[in-house]
Amino acid sequence: MKAPYACQSPEHSFARRQFLGSLAGGFVVGGLGALTQPAAAKELNRQQMRVISIFMSGGVSQLETWDPKPKTDTGGPFRAIPTAVPGTHICELLPMTATHMDKLALVRSINTNQGDHGKGRYQMEFGRNQMPGMEYPHLGAICAKGLERDDNPLPGYIRVGGGSRGSDAAWLGPRYASVGVNGKPPANSERYKGLTEDIDILRNKFRQRANDRFLQQRRTAATDVYTESYEQARELMARRDVFDVEKEPGSEKEKYGDSQLGKHCLMARRLLENGIPFVQVSHSNYDTHNENFNFHLEQLGEFDRAFSALIADLHDRGMLETTLVIVMSEFGRTPKINARYGRDHWGKAWSVCMGGAKIHPGAVVGATNANGTAVSDREVDHGHLFHTYLSAVGMDPAGSFDIGGREMPIADPSHSAIDELIV
Amino acid sequence: MALDTKQTHVLHEWKHGRPMIACRFDPSGRYLFSSSEDYTLQRWTVASGEKVAWEAHDSWVRDFAFSADGKQVISAGCDDRIIFWNLEDKEPKAVREIDAHKGWVRAIAVQPKTGIIATGGNDNVVKLWSSDGKLIRELPGHDSNIYSVFFHPTEDLLLSGDLSCVVRQWNLKDGKQERELKATELHTYNGGQQVHYGGVRDIALSPDGKTLACTGLHKATNPLGAVNEPLVVLFDWAKGEKKLQPAAGIKGIGWRTRFLTDGTELCVSGGSGGGYLLFFKPGEEKPYHQLKLKDTARDMGMHPDGLMVATTHADGHIRICRLEAKK
Repeated sequence: MKAPYACQSPEHSFARRQFLGSLAGGFVVGGLGALTQPAAAKELNRQQMRVISIFMSGGVSQLETWDPKPKTDTGGPFRAIPTAVPGTHICELLPMTATHMDKLALVRSINTNQGDHGKGRYQMEFGRNQMPGMEYPHLGAICAKGLERDDNPLPGYIRVGGGSRGSDAAWLGPRYASVGVNGKPPANSERYKGLTEDIDILRNKFRQRANDRFLQQRRTAATDVYTESYEQARELMARRDVFDVEKEPGSEKEKYGDSQLGKHCLMARRLLENGIPFVQVSHSNYDTHNENFNFHLEQLGEFDRAFSALIADLHDRGMLETTLVIVMSEFGRTPKINARYGRDHWGKAWSVCMGGAKIHPGAVVGATNANGTAVSDREVDHGHLFHTYLSAVGMDPAGSFDIGGREMPIADPSHSAIDELIV
Repeated sequence: MALDTKQTHVLHEWKHGRPMIACRFDPSGRYLFSSSEDYTLQRWTVASGEKVAWEAHDSWVRDFAFSADGKQVISAGCDDRIIFWNLEDKEPKAVREIDAHKGWVRAIAVQPKTGIIATGGNDNVVKLWSSDGKLIRELPGHDSNIYSVFFHPTEDLLLSGDLSCVVRQWNLKDGKQERELKATELHTYNGGQQVHYGGVRDIALSPDGKTLACTGLHKATNPLGAVNEPLVVLFDWAKGEKKLQPAAGIKGIGWRTRFLTDGTELCVSGGSGGGYLLFFKPGEEKPYHQLKLKDTARDMGMHPDGLMVATTHADGHIRICRLEAKK
């Protein structure tokens, strides 16, 4: 298969790095250098915009997190607690997060109308409904490209908690696809002990010469995947310490908690600090058809500690104003409590938390009715959220990528950002 | 009438209308107390089925106990509190409220001879209280949420069981832990879903004092999807060694277990397989009798006459069963 994003020119590998974004909401074009805006790129680089997405796998309950409805027929056993924002209450399972709500924002009026795990996840991560035969880039791939920095050779989209290379960049090409790491430096990323640095350099030069010669005539998407993977692996090897949470002092590890999520959030902060534009951390599992309350108690205890430490850390290090933080799921959970104290899949009225970058701190957008069964104000869906994420990091979601001369809309053109969330 | 478990039948269905949670008969047997998802408590007059309901905690109530003199019922709430109520008040009012734990109070029991109250909660601490609600002692040591507390009927001992299915035996005189029993068959850690599941949901001692029963669940291949089966783990009380583990092979959780006057054991199961009363004989792995209930069950209370049980159901009903032939 020919690479649709490849112009086949020798400059391609350089030009691809020139993807730009307009901070002022102007025209954004990515890709092959034809319509770039150097000033905007410079500004993006200066601001080092980046994104961390925490994906609550399985569908976290909005009632046990961001939109509690205590003492209603759907409320369950948990109470609501006040937060750092007067008048805004969240579930008592998030006491530490509550103290940081003045740095975060909530969207409580999401109706994605989707109860299927795969389709819901696709909506939230790709900003569109999944359609047969159509491929779009993941939010992470778009950010990897749009927020890419010349001085950072590491992959632009890293999944912490997944160990393989993703195929989620569609027409943006493999360079922007996700790289999974499992909470520690990638396996086999140390140079083989019997190999000196000099020999390794010579060996690589020879490989590059052979590779370049081959690509002059026979470049395909498959060879690009190979080449990009190899180059990124070399960069990873050179900077493997970035992935090593053990380099952090004990006090940092203590703050994030002794859970897998805590370690992953700490690694995410290290990655963001080191210029990775998009990091995704997953927390499993919230698909609580059974004993919803016991399992949310267990899972959100881990989340609250790790997430609040992350927010505090980003804030204290002065990174929050350039880091978009998103907490998302594939959908929410039913207001109705089933016979096994469980909640089922529910995409009709649920919530997302975000903050940092250009998100209005302390904002609460939209509302659900008294018992959370329907959106009562400012209904939005995954398309609006996707536009909002990109707007929050200074990209224009109404813009397009120039892919081999063909304009590909960055986000679903039928939607727009939630303007009141953007500062 | 005599106990005849194979003739067990549903005598009454009492409708509350909202999903029910816990239930207990008072020591006199005149009343049944229950809780429900609408944050109310209910007092049912057993003879007539008459109901008095009132708003109580700021959350759900998962357990009840009765004062040693039988005049008060104490409710244990997921709002961290225990509340004392006069049994006979026409319109029950809180007599005493105590912020008992940091987190849910999942279990409560009263020692009949002293009136000492034991509570266990989500802060992983067991607490002992005087009958008038003063804290006597804290018993730390559990590493996970406490699901059950049980006073030995004749000795000054308390047992507490947790999510990890460790049962700790405490000496009430000095608060020291004397023994640890591991009913770990009732606990699952599912690596794929990354959840701990199970817990010692209830503890009971046989009438002859020789067998301790811990109930809960096992075969939890999909905790989040309710794929698990009820299980009772039996211990030789004197030796602390495990005996047979009666199981029923249906989908559900063993919510509560009680020994009957004839030494057999009754366990109520509820979950994706529906609601069941399961009857086990000593030394047998499978139930010799089971009664399927109309809806999944969530709790069971045993009447002091030993011939009647009440079960709570998600369909908003209490079901009263007689463990004897129909009259």
